[in-house]
Amino acid sequence: MHRYFPHTPHDIKLMLDKCGVKELDDLYADVPPELRLKKPYNLPPEMSEQQVRKFFNTLGADNEQLICFAGAGYYDHYTPAIIPQMIERGEFLTAYTPYQPEISQGTLQYIFEYQSMMANLTGMDVSNASMYDGTTATAEAMLMAIAHARKRNKVLISSTVAPAVRKVCATYAQYHGVELIEIPTTETGISDRTFVETQLANNDVAGVIVATPNFYGILEDYSGWADMCHQHKTLFIIHAIASDLACIKTPGEWGADIAAGDAQSLGMPLNYGGPYLGFLCCTKALIRKLPGRIVGATTDSNGKRVFVLTLQAREQHIRRDKATSNICSNQGLMSLFTAMYLSVTGAEGLREICREGYNGAHYLAKQLVETGRFTLTYPHSEFFNEFCLTAQGINLDELMELCVANGILPGVKIESDKLLVAVTETRSRQEMNRLIELVNTL
Amino acid sequence: MNRDLYGKLVFELSHTGRRAIKIDSNNCPEATPISASLMRNKPLNLPELDEPSIVRHYHNISTNNFGVDTGFYPLGSCTMKYNPRINEEIAGHPEFSGLHPYQPENTVQGALEMYYTLQCALSEIGGMSEFTLNPFAGAHGELTGLMIIRAYHDSRNDKKRTKVIVPDSAHGTNPASAAVAGLKVVEVKSRPDGTVDVDDLRPLLDDTVAAVMMTNPNTLGIFERNIPEIARLAHEAGALMYYDGANLNPMLGISRPGDMGFDVMHINLHKTFSTPHGGGGPGAGPVGVRKGLEKFLPDPRVIRNDDGSFSLTGCKDSLGAVSATLGNYTVLLRALSYILSLGQNGLMEAGALATLNANYVKECLRSSYMLPIDTVCKHEFVFDGLKDKTSGVTTLDVAKRLLDYGYHAPTIYFPLLFHESLMIEPTETESLDTLNEFIDVMQRIAEEAITDPDTVKSAPHNTPVGRPDDTAAALNPIVTYAQLIGNE
Repeated sequence: MHRYFPHTPHDIKLMLDKCGVKELDDLYADVPPELRLKKPYNLPPEMSEQQVRKFFNTLGADNEQLICFAGAGYYDHYTPAIIPQMIERGEFLTAYTPYQPEISQGTLQYIFEYQSMMANLTGMDVSNASMYDGTTATAEAMLMAIAHARKRNKVLISSTVAPAVRKVCATYAQYHGVELIEIPTTETGISDRTFVETQLANNDVAGVIVATPNFYGILEDYSGWADMCHQHKTLFIIHAIASDLACIKTPGEWGADIAAGDAQSLGMPLNYGGPYLGFLCCTKALIRKLPGRIVGATTDSNGKRVFVLTLQAREQHIRRDKATSNICSNQGLMSLFTAMYLSVTGAEGLREICREGYNGAHYLAKQLVETGRFTLTYPHSEFFNEFCLTAQGINLDELMELCVANGILPGVKIESDKLLVAVTETRSRQEMNRLIELVNTL
Repeated sequence: MNRDLYGKLVFELSHTGRRAIKIDSNNCPEATPISASLMRNKPLNLPELDEPSIVRHYHNISTNNFGVDTGFYPLGSCTMKYNPRINEEIAGHPEFSGLHPYQPENTVQGALEMYYTLQCALSEIGGMSEFTLNPFAGAHGELTGLMIIRAYHDSRNDKKRTKVIVPDSAHGTNPASAAVAGLKVVEVKSRPDGTVDVDDLRPLLDDTVAAVMMTNPNTLGIFERNIPEIARLAHEAGALMYYDGANLNPMLGISRPGDMGFDVMHINLHKTFSTPHGGGGPGAGPVGVRKGLEKFLPDPRVIRNDDGSFSLTGCKDSLGAVSATLGNYTVLLRALSYILSLGQNGLMEAGALATLNANYVKECLRSSYMLPIDTVCKHEFVFDGLKDKTSGVTTLDVAKRLLDYGYHAPTIYFPLLFHESLMIEPTETESLDTLNEFIDVMQRIAEEAITDPDTVKSAPHNTPVGRPDDTAAALNPIVTYAQLIGNE
C-alpha cells in the first residue's frame, strides 16, 4: 500500500469479512461494468518525497523571481516570518469550517479578530469572515446591492476600478441578469461624476462602485458621492486596497455602504495570483444582507465568553435556491494571516509601510519623468504608491525585455504606451536607481 | 491550555508603545503630503504588541482547535484526509510564491507548465477533455460550471433553458449556485433507497432544462446506478449533465465522471486531492469539460504551444473571467504534489480504501444506530440517529459527546432527508486501530444514552468551552471588538 494508507493486507481481509464481501471490488458491485475504468490512469507511478521535491525544483528553475515594481492590485510587501510559521500549525491548517465551536475556538477567535480589524481598517461597522479574493468580493458587493434594491437591476462601476475586478463583476452580472454600466474616466484619470448624476436621476440604479486608490494609483475625491447615491436609494460601494487604508480616507469616511477589495497588500506573498483574501465590510444596517460566514460573540453553558458562527439563516445552505450568494466558506487561513499581519504591524507600523511606499513612488515617478522617456499620464491627480506613465518615444516591450534581463520587473504594461509602476516598502532606493539607469540606456 | 491565562483577544493584550516590526527606510526624500481631505482621520485601532506575545497568543488559540493532525475527523461530505507536509513545503517554494501574477509569460514558464500538468492529470482522472483551475473553491467551481452550461446553450441560440434539475438530497450549494448563475431550480425526488427517481425525473426533462446537476455517489454515499439512463434522458432532452465532484474520492481508481456521461464537472481539491481545509479556506474548485466545450472555459487558459512553451490565452466564446488570474495557485501546487506522490498506483488504491473504511464503520455500528438505507455505501453513509431513541438523546447530543472523547463530530442534520442525520466519512488515511477506537466510543455513547442520558444531553464536558448560546449570538450580533466593548 502507498505510504499515506495505513492498511495492511491483514487489516483489509478482516474488514472485508466484517462487510460480508470477499474482495475490495465487491464493494463496487453496484457500478455498471461499462462505467468501470478499463485500465489504470495514464499517470506516472508514485514518487518518493525526494523525487517530488526534485520535480518542483526543476519546474521552479524555469521561473524568474524579479525585483518587483508591478502592482495593478497585487503588491510586493514584506511577510513577517512568524506568519507562515504559525499558519502552518496543524490545528489551524488541517481544521475545517468551525461547525463544532467547542473544539474550534482557535479558528472562531481569529476570525473575530480579523472581522474587528478589517471593519476598523475600512472604517465600516462590520465585516464578514472574508471572501475568496478582491475580484469576487466586489462582485458579491454588486449582488448585495441588487438584493437590497429588490426591483432594480442596474449597477454602475467606474472604469477606474481595476480591469480584473471589472471583468469578474461583468461575468457575474451577465449571468445574474444585472446591467453593469461603466462610468467613463475623465482626462484627469478619475470617475466622471456628471455621468453618475445623470444615471442616478432615473432612480433605477441599485449600486455605484468606485475605487480608492483607483487603478492608476490615484486618490479620487468622493466628497458628496454618498449623499448623491443615497438620495436615489442607491448603495455606494468602494473598492479599496487594504494596506493603503492606514493613511488614506476610508470607505467608511466617504460614507460608503459597502467596502470590498483584496487584502493581498497586507503582506501576503504574491503567490502567482493566489491565495489572497477578499474583504467585504458594510454598515450595521446591511449586516443581514452580507453574504458569507460571520463570527459573533456569545456565552457558553458556563457563562464564559465564546465565539460562534452566527446569522446563519442568511447563508446559502439554509436558503438553498432563494440564496443571493453561493459562498459557503471563507478564506480561512488567509484571515488568520491578515489578523496576524495587522497585529505585527500595528497602526504605526502600517503607516510607516505606507509612508515608505508613498515617498518611494514619488521619488521614482519624478526621476523617471526626468529621464525624458516618460510623462505622468495624469499629472494633475494625486497618487499614492502607484502611478501611470505614458512612454515618450520608447518601446515598452523593449524596456520590459531589458529590465527582465537585469532581474527587474519594471511595472505592468496596461496599454501599448502605458506603464503602471508601484513602489512598496520592500523596494530600496538602490533598486529604484537601477531601474532609472536602465530607462536611461534606452 | 489554561483559558483563564490565555483566553484573551489580541486586543486585550495590547499596550501602547509596544511594537513587533521594524521598517527599513528607503532613504527617499519626504514627498509633498497628500491633501488633508484625502487622508484618513478615523483612529486606527490595531493592537500594539511585541513579537513574542503575538506568537504565544496565536500558538495558544491554536490549541483550542481540532484538525486532522489532532485526531479522527469523520465529517461527512468533507473528506478530511491527511494533508501531507511535503505539499506545504512545495507551496511555499519562493520560485513559485514569489511570482507576480502579471509577470511576462517567458518569466513564468515553470509556473505555467505546473498548471498545465495538473490540468492534464485532472482531465485524465475525470475523463474530461480540459480543466480550468481558476475557480477558488467548490462553490465557485459550481458557479463556473453552470456558467459554462449557459454559455453553451446561448452559443446555440437556445435561450429558453432556464432550469437546473437538482436532487432533493443535494448539497445546499447546488441550488444556491444555480440561483446566482441566474437559473431556476427544480427538485427531483429520491427513491426510498436514496437514489434519484428516474420516473420522477422523466417528466421534468424538456426544452427548458439547461442541466441536471448530480453528485455521484450522492450525499447518502450511494452510487447512482441509473446514471447511464439519467444521462441518456438528459442528453435526449438537450440538457447537459453536471457532476458535483464533492464525492469524487471513492471513485478514484474505479470510474470516471466523463465515462458516466457527465459533460461538466468540478473537483474540490481540498477534498479528493488533500489540500488543507485551513479552517474554511483557501480551497480550489477546478472545472472540467468534455470535448467540444473547451472554448467556453473561463479566461485565462494555459495552452501548450507547438514549440513546447506555455502561454496564457483567452477565447471569444469564453464565459468570461471568474478570477483575476489563475486561481489559488499555491493550492494547485499542493494538489499536483499530492497526485505525483500517490502516482498511478496510489490513486488506483485510494477510492476503494475510502469505501472499505466507510463500510466497516457502518457494519460495526448498525446495531446501535439507525441505518435507514441498508446497502453497500461508498465513501460515507448516513445514520438516522440512535436506534433506541427512548431517552430523547438526539444526534446533536451524540455529536457533542463525541467531542468529549477526543473526536471531531460527523456532519449532522444533513442530508435533510432524515430528521436525525449523522453522516460519517472516515477517508482512506485512517487506520483500522483508529476506526476501532471510534467504533468503541460510538457504542459507549449509545449505551450512555440509555444508562446516563443527562450526561450525553449536557455534553460536551471536557472541551475548552461549553455549548455556546447560539440564539443570543443571532439576536444581538456582536461581530467586532468595538461592539464587544460598547465602543462603536
